[in-house]
Amino acid sequence: MTPLLEAIDLARHYPVGGGLFSRKPAGLVRAVDGVSFTVAKGETLGLVGESGCGKSTLARLTLRLIDPTAGTLRFEGQDITRLEGEAMRRLRPRMQMVFQDPFASLNPRMTVAEILAEPLLVHGIGDARQRRARVEALLPMVGLASHHADRKPHEFSGGQRQRIGIARALAVEPSLIVCDEPVSALDVSIQAQVVNLLKDLQARLGLSYLFIAHDLAVVRHVADRVAVMVLGRIMEVAPAEDLYARPSHPYTRMLLAAVPRPDPAQRHLPSAAPATADLPGPLSIPQGCRFHPRCPMAVEPCRREEPGLQPLAGAPGHLTACWRAAELPAWMPPPQAPPAPAAARRLALYAERRDQARDSG
Amino acid sequence: MLKIEGLRTVFGAAGLPEIAAVDGVDLTVARGRTLGIVGESGCGKSILSLSIMRLLPPPGRIAAGRILFGGQDLAALSNRQMRQVRGRRIAMIFQEPMTSLNPLRSIGAQIAEAIRTHDRGASAADLRARGIEALKRVRIPAPERRIDDYPHQMSGGMRQRVMIAMALSCAPDLLIADEPTTALDVTVQAQVLDLLRDLQAETGMAIILITHDLGVVARMADEVAVMYAGRVAEQAGTAAIFNDPQHPYTLGLLGSIPRIEARPGRLLAIEGTVPPPFALPPGCRFAPRCVFADADCNTAPPPLRDIAPGQRVACFRAPVEDIA
Repeated sequence: MTPLLEAIDLARHYPVGGGLFSRKPAGLVRAVDGVSFTVAKGETLGLVGESGCGKSTLARLTLRLIDPTAGTLRFEGQDITRLEGEAMRRLRPRMQMVFQDPFASLNPRMTVAEILAEPLLVHGIGDARQRRARVEALLPMVGLASHHADRKPHEFSGGQRQRIGIARALAVEPSLIVCDEPVSALDVSIQAQVVNLLKDLQARLGLSYLFIAHDLAVVRHVADRVAVMVLGRIMEVAPAEDLYARPSHPYTRMLLAAVPRPDPAQRHLPSAAPATADLPGPLSIPQGCRFHPRCPMAVEPCRREEPGLQPLAGAPGHLTACWRAAELPAWMPPPQAPPAPAAARRLALYAERRDQARDSG
Repeated sequence: MLKIEGLRTVFGAAGLPEIAAVDGVDLTVARGRTLGIVGESGCGKSILSLSIMRLLPPPGRIAAGRILFGGQDLAALSNRQMRQVRGRRIAMIFQEPMTSLNPLRSIGAQIAEAIRTHDRGASAADLRARGIEALKRVRIPAPERRIDDYPHQMSGGMRQRVMIAMALSCAPDLLIADEPTTALDVTVQAQVLDLLRDLQAETGMAIILITHDLGVVARMADEVAVMYAGRVAEQAGTAAIFNDPQHPYTLGLLGSIPRIEARPGRLLAIEGTVPPPFALPPGCRFAPRCVFADADCNTAPPPLRDIAPGQRVACFRAPVEDIA
C-alpha cells in the first residue's frame, strides 16, 4: 500500500558565515542530511533526537514550509518536492502542524473562534455560517466548551491553549499532522491529558502523526514506529515495541539508559551517564559514522566510512545504521521492580473513580 | 540545617487584595541531604526558593513564618546581613544557564567576580587559580583553556557546570537548584545529576532540588515535598512517595508519567487545571480536580497530618482505600 507520506534522501543544507562582504560561505550546516522514512495512513511515526539533531528542520521540510536542498517528498504517491502555486495550496490543508509553544503560536488578538476559522478562510472553505458551525464542532472534539469560542488565548492555561492549537490543525480536516514537541512545554498532568487527546483523535479520525519529541517515554506512548536521529540522519528505526525491547544502535541505548526512571529502587544503580555527552555541532559533522566521537563501541572502520541503514536479521521493519550492530551485547534494561502494592491499589482506585466520573458526564 | 516554619509569601500592590503564592509551608533539610520539591507550574515551588534566598521580585514579600538557617531567621535579616548569607552560605542555580551568565564576559571573569564578592583580598593570580580549580571540580575538561571561553563557546551542559562551579566557589552549606537540568538533553542531564551527587558527597552540602520531573526526584532526593497551589500536599521519604503515595494529587502525578518500560496504555492524567492564586477554592485546593473529593473537602482546608512515621499528608480522605 502506498504510504501517506514518503521522504527519500531528504536534505537541507544552510551556508553560514563568510562575513558581510564575502561571497563565499565559510561553512555548510547540514541540518538534515539524507533522511528517508514513510508514514502510513493512521500511523504515528515518532522522531526522537537531542537538540540540534535536525528534527525541527525535518518537520518543516515535510510540510514544505522550507524547500529541501536534495531528495524527494511524496504525499499519497504524488511527488510534491517541487509543487508550487495553486497545486501546493490545494495540498496544504492535508498536512497541518501543532507547535511546541502554545503561548507563541496563537495570535493574542484573535478570539478562539477567529483562530479556528482562519485556516478555513485562508483555504476558502465554506461560508461564514458553515465556518461557525465547524468551529462549534471542533471545540468539543478537543475537550473545550462552546462558550470558549469568544475568549482570547490569554484567558486559557497552557494545556487549553494546546487544545486550541490542535483544534486549529484539525479545522481543515488534514490527513497528516506534524507535531513538533507538542507536550514538552506542559506540566506532567496536562501532558498526559494532551497525549490522551491526540490518541483519541487519531482513533476517531484516522489521522497520521509525525510526532517529534526528545522525551523517549512520551514517544513510546504515542508512536507505532520510532526513528532516532543524530546530526541530520536517522540512525535507527523500528516498530516502537521492538525499538524499546532491543535497541540496536549504541546511540539509542545511550538515550534509553540516560532517562531517569521514576523508581527510587534504581537510585543506587551505577549511573548511566555517558562519558562524553557533548555533540559536535552540525557545522562539523565527523568523518565516518557521525556518532563515533561519542560512541563507546567505535572502532577504526567507524572513523572511516559512514554506515547506512541496514535491516536487522529476524526483526521486520527494524533498521540500524551501525557497523557493529551484530556485535552489540544483549540489551539489558534497568531492572524493574514491580509497582508497590499500596501504590498499585490506589492508582487502580483513582482510575476507577475517574472512569466513573467520565461516564456520569 | 534549614527549617522553614509557617512560611507565607504574598504578592500585593497597595490597595489590592494580597495573593499568597506560598501559604503556610513547613519544611526541613538536613546537612548532606537532598529535599526534592515537586509540583507543577504555579504551585509556588520557585517562589519558595526565592523566599529562602530573599530574592523575591517586588511586590512579593514574606508576610509570616520563619526561615531558620544556622541559628538565624533569614526572614528577619536586613538586606545587608542577608548579603553575607547569600552566595557564601546559600547558593542557587537556575534552569537556564545562558540567561544567568553574562555573554560579554569570560567564564573566568565571572567566576572571579563570584569569589571576590566574598573575598575582597584575593589577587588576580589567586582568582585565576581558584577559577581553574572550580572548573576542575565540576569536571570541565581542559579548565586552563576553558576559563578564557565566553558562554556562547560552551554547550548547554558545560554552561550549567560553570553555574554550579560559581555557586560552589564559596563552599555553601545549602545549594538551591531550581530545575537545574530541565533545559538539558537527557544524556547531559544524567551527567549533571551525577556531578551534583558527587559534589554533595564531597562537601556534605544540603540540596533543595526543585523539579517537575519525578524521574529526577527518584534519582536525587532523600525526602520529597509535593506542592500544590502554594501548600505542601504530601511530604515523605522518597521511597514512600513512590511506593506508598497518599495524597490524590501525588497519585495523579504518578499516574500521569509515561513510563519507558511500561506497555503503552491510557495515562491517568489529572483533569482540569491548577486554580489561579486569586481564585482558590475555600476548602482543599485540589478538591475541584480530585476524583475522591466529597462535600467535606470543600468546606475547610485539610491540615498536614502524620499518616505514617516520616510521612505527612494534607488530605481528609487518605488513605483512599478506606473510603467506603
